[in-house]
Amino acid sequence: MSFYETVLRLEQLPYETLWKQFTAEDVNRALRKERLDEHDLQALLSPAAASCLEEMAQRAQQLTRKHFGHVMQLFTPMYLADFCVNHCTYCSFSSIYDFPRKKLGPEELRQEASVIAASGFRHLLVLTGESRKESPTAYVKDCVKILREYFSSVSIEVNPLSIEEYRELMEAGVDGLTLYQEVYHQETYRKLHIKGPKRVYRNRLDAPERGCQAGFRAVNIGALLGMYDWRQEAFFTAMHARYLQDKYPECEIGLSAPRFRPYLGEFNPDSDVTDRALVQIILAYRLFLPRAGITLSTREPASLRDRLVHLGITKMSAGVSTEVGGHTQTGGTPQFEISDSRNVQEIIDMLIANNLQPVFKDWDILTVAPV
Amino acid sequence: MSDPFVLGGIPLTSRLFIGTGKYSRNTLIPEVVASSGSQVITVALRRVDPQSQENIMNYIPSQMTLLPNTSGARTAEEAVRIARLARAAGLGNWVKIEVISDQKYLLPDNSETIRATEILAAEGFVVLPYMSPDLSAALRMKAAGAAAIMPLGAPIGSNRGLQTKELLRILISEVDLPIIVDAGIGRPSEAAEAMEMGASAVLLNTAIATARDPLLMAEAFREAVSSGRKAYLAGLGPVEEAAVHSSPLTGFLN
Ligand code: SF4
Repeated sequence: MSFYETVLRLEQLPYETLWKQFTAEDVNRALRKERLDEHDLQALLSPAAASCLEEMAQRAQQLTRKHFGHVMQLFTPMYLADFCVNHCTYCSFSSIYDFPRKKLGPEELRQEASVIAASGFRHLLVLTGESRKESPTAYVKDCVKILREYFSSVSIEVNPLSIEEYRELMEAGVDGLTLYQEVYHQETYRKLHIKGPKRVYRNRLDAPERGCQAGFRAVNIGALLGMYDWRQEAFFTAMHARYLQDKYPECEIGLSAPRFRPYLGEFNPDSDVTDRALVQIILAYRLFLPRAGITLSTREPASLRDRLVHLGITKMSAGVSTEVGGHTQTGGTPQFEISDSRNVQEIIDMLIANNLQPVFKDWDILTVAPV
Repeated sequence: MSDPFVLGGIPLTSRLFIGTGKYSRNTLIPEVVASSGSQVITVALRRVDPQSQENIMNYIPSQMTLLPNTSGARTAEEAVRIARLARAAGLGNWVKIEVISDQKYLLPDNSETIRATEILAAEGFVVLPYMSPDLSAALRMKAAGAAAIMPLGAPIGSNRGLQTKELLRILISEVDLPIIVDAGIGRPSEAAEAMEMGASAVLLNTAIATARDPLLMAEAFREAVSSGRKAYLAGLGPVEEAAVHSSPLTGFLN
């Protein structure tokens, strides 16, 4: 059994009529429930819920404060390498673009790490493009070994790996895995992933589960919103998270709700995810999965991020550069354009002004090293 | 009336233990300490960052007895490792063992907790295991050297009160160790009830940290815990199903 079987079942649902059948009454019923089921989730994502956003927000905020208190975890991504063998139609690192590619060597890595650590971060997410040749597991592993000297927790966002490879990385000190399906709708997935191993839908879909099986402490998933009908994509994402949560109770499952951002190429998605839609999605995630961490990236503009901190978000990135070595070097190619370019201190000030405590350290991988 | 509670060799006058998580700012911690009158404070080692100015430890008043907890541990080994690090970092030799392998409901894993209790008690720690209220597990924790038992009233952060009341009652009457009700208490009246039942102390965090006015709530809990304790010591009258005439046998004389 894998989530793929659920995908096959969910694909059969008549979405055009399904979304229309819900009323505000269904949404209110879901809001009064303890544990929401598949239908409640649909109700929360349906057009009918658009008129209940305030009620949803109140409940989502209550749940968030109860489970997470007034704290906001901060982390930052670090791009290790931008080599990629795939052609995804929404990304600047795609193999069809011609720009000088790079990957960090040990010295550059140390410089980058010390600059980031000096700004207070203890949790780091490392990213690479997908290239088993230029940034193989062994390379990531070597980098992580160095990064452990600077950070309490290191997570990875790299190409899907096998359980054994995930285990190897865990032994090197990685404790979290982020892996976005990007698109759950299979046909659209094939259309947007034109070339390379990423074309294999199922290999990607099952990778978060392999991460759980390998024993990562935290696994974070998400759909890149804007690639296909957002209601359906958000529905599949939340169902995927619930599937993993139910099957791997020892793993902390988290969600992200990244919206498509401008990049090097011309591609413009058909589905427009408005701010209202994004809010509805985040609220539905929180209500359906009260204990899941929800991450908000700098893809969103500062003004919107400032509002979303009260609507279910528990983790934020800050001080972000989406290019390799972007904290110490210039001239790289960003993977996509970020929107909130405030520095770390500005994010801290914003959180404090919102009565939230910025938290840089919430786990320590050193504590799990063999006794 | 003097009613000290001695735990790990330390006499305590307050039976309210508090937490440090979930506050909107660390500067609230000393204020909550003052209004709650608490003398024991739990802190998650995973949140301690000695390299940072914002280190949570900088906000804990020096007179407090520290109860580092092993939050984040999913196995006995992780809990042991965290406890040793806490001691090495100078946080004292008390430890609240928290081993949670279920991230959905955050319920403690009693069998891993027993294992961790054995190891740490043998190493001289004052061990306070957080547990699901279960008599045989509590007895094993006692045999393993626990200094007190910390059963949950309801799942962590749920503010649902004493959902496990009957089981707590059994632990209080059968386990010859202090019982400290931890997790679930959302209202001062529930803290008072736990104390009336004979709990030795209560530990709470969410109820204070997420109140609109945490300082006023801390004060409310201080009073509730002390009232509940007084009622317990005073010996509550027996509960009767129907109203009873105040002098059923001699009333006719009036
Ligand atoms: S999204 Fe990832 S796999 Fe696709 S082109 Fe960009 S870096 Fe490569």
